[in-house]
Amino acid sequence: MEDAPIEDGENHKDIDVAPALISVHPAQESVAVTVGSELRVFDLHGGGSAVSLVDDSHGPFHKDSIRAIRYGANGKVFVSAGDDKLVKIWSTESWHCICTVSSEKRVTAVALSNDGLHVCFADKFGVVWVVDLDSVDSNQALVNKKAVQMLAHYCSIITSLEFSPDGRFIVSADRDFKIRVTVFPKKPLDGAHEIQSFCLGHTEFVSCLAFVSTSEYPQGFLVSGSGDSTVRLWNISSGSLLDTCEVEVKAGLLESNRRGEECNSAITDLCTIPDCTMIAVAIQSLQGIVLLSCDLSARTLSIAKVVSIMGETFIPTSSRASFSAGLLWMVAGVSNLRGFDHPSLARVRIISGFNKSNLDPQEFEPIVLEDNEIPGGYKLLEKLQGSVAVEEKVFLAAAEAVKTAMSNLLVKKQYSVEKREFRKRTRNDRKTKQ
Amino acid sequence: MLETKASPNISKSTGLPRKRFYRARAHSNPLSDSHFPVPISPSHVDYSLHYPHVFLPSSDQNDSSKKIQFADIGCGFGGLLISLSTLFPETLMIGMELRDKVTEYVKERILALRVANPGQYQNISVTRTNSMKYIPNYFEKGQLSKMFFLFPDPHFKEKNHRRRVISTHLLDEYAYALGVGGIIYTITDVEELGEWMKACLESHPMFEALTEKELEADPVVELLSSATEEGQKVARNGGQTFRAVYRRIMPPL
Repeated sequence: MEDAPIEDGENHKDIDVAPALISVHPAQESVAVTVGSELRVFDLHGGGSAVSLVDDSHGPFHKDSIRAIRYGANGKVFVSAGDDKLVKIWSTESWHCICTVSSEKRVTAVALSNDGLHVCFADKFGVVWVVDLDSVDSNQALVNKKAVQMLAHYCSIITSLEFSPDGRFIVSADRDFKIRVTVFPKKPLDGAHEIQSFCLGHTEFVSCLAFVSTSEYPQGFLVSGSGDSTVRLWNISSGSLLDTCEVEVKAGLLESNRRGEECNSAITDLCTIPDCTMIAVAIQSLQGIVLLSCDLSARTLSIAKVVSIMGETFIPTSSRASFSAGLLWMVAGVSNLRGFDHPSLARVRIISGFNKSNLDPQEFEPIVLEDNEIPGGYKLLEKLQGSVAVEEKVFLAAAEAVKTAMSNLLVKKQYSVEKREFRKRTRNDRKTKQ
Repeated sequence: MLETKASPNISKSTGLPRKRFYRARAHSNPLSDSHFPVPISPSHVDYSLHYPHVFLPSSDQNDSSKKIQFADIGCGFGGLLISLSTLFPETLMIGMELRDKVTEYVKERILALRVANPGQYQNISVTRTNSMKYIPNYFEKGQLSKMFFLFPDPHFKEKNHRRRVISTHLLDEYAYALGVGGIIYTITDVEELGEWMKACLESHPMFEALTEKELEADPVVELLSSATEEGQKVARNGGQTFRAVYRRIMPPL
């Protein structure tokens, strides 16, 4: 660990891979997957059909890796954004791009307010922008909407944006180990100035956020995942840390997965299962997914189950649950992978059994659906994966590439003293003596 | 202690550290990644290291309710802290400075003052940090009653405006750290920056300006230009200063 992060800081340019992402319509009417700059959508109505997107601006929809996608809470709009500094807002009825917003910097996260009136997105310099969708008519293209700065983390990459279930707060997480809870104002275009709390406790970058809420706790609790390989539970109104779950240690993954290696595996994604207090956790190097159960009255997190995917190397990069069907959709994949026939790949798997009846995590039996059992069947896989079958070893390489890209982007580089002295000596802004 | 006495950095006559041995660059880039330790949260700030007389390290009988109330952001060589220390002997205050050599100097200076004036200067300390990034790691919500931004870097180029220590977005964080009624003091000798700081504070919904009367009644206000090294330099050269003093208020609903 001591030596590993000491590196040039220059060699990361060639490993610009992007993990595949997945998002599911709240009523499971459609599913979207991104791989690199490609956005693939499958409509699940009836027997299911592939969706072709329509964008009046011609050319490819996104020109560079997509880093964030999300459906609005009411399912009417869908937002995609990424490294090409474009935020595209789509109507989910016609799959027309109704609005394209330009960002000054690369976009790292997007969120929609619960009332669907505002789209917020965060950039690599720590600024969160807001666009109002007030006058959006899903059939009519919008004139160029301008984004307005709403809040900022000082020069830090924002990794995740999330609205609280009651819509009162917007929560932003960054690579400086920090989670900021800001009151979402009545007039967001004037800026969000009132900070409710900071949730501090992670000892590495915060990678993902999610809310757990039930009818008894409608305001919800925040869970966060981090490069320190813990998932933490927070009270956002005070910022206090309620529980910490060292997922790797608790799930017994350390012994089986590596020998004597100190390096922590980062939590890459969190997804809460609606209407039950379970959280699906994706971890680097874990083939499968860890289900945490969250006891909201005792405010604790515990491991409910480690779901392994049999028969293939499947390390999910993103997962989303559908609200109605009790399914957890997962994708594993990467773009721009070097040295292989398929430079970008994606694999979609589904876990079922999250129905309201089996809320008890002890008795819960997850079922990993086979390819022929999933909604949409092979037609869906063909659209979302690009192909039906992918070679085994490519997935291992993909998982490794995603891991490297994530640590290059988010882990703070530790330079040795000699290296720093050398860099100081070779500064080019030094004034030469006359 | 013997080592300190023998150190060439300490003046033999006054016992204070000599500035010429702590020369540093005038500016430090606040945007760059830091290489110094940062407390995980305000509860991880070790008060017994900063204020050993107030918080005895070995005993649990500390007055644990006592917290830092004044923060001098970019404290430089620490002139203001030292003046405030005797003016508010019961208040804990901390200077935050990004340049490590300057921080070292202030540290030595405070230690020397504590030795020379037993019982005094126990309420001030200094830490090396980037306050534009790590304010929430040091202070809880509403913990501070005064924040000082004296003669900050002007950063003239528009490209570098985001390096300025006063900006609308950073004021959100300062408003978080300040309790309602807390006061933010800013002063500069650069007119352009003075206007910028005033404009940021004026337009922020959580700050209001102090009236002329309140400014006159506040004993701290005159220290802004007289107590700091930078302020004395400006006065020596007959320069103008631009001041903006604002109070933290509840945001309008």
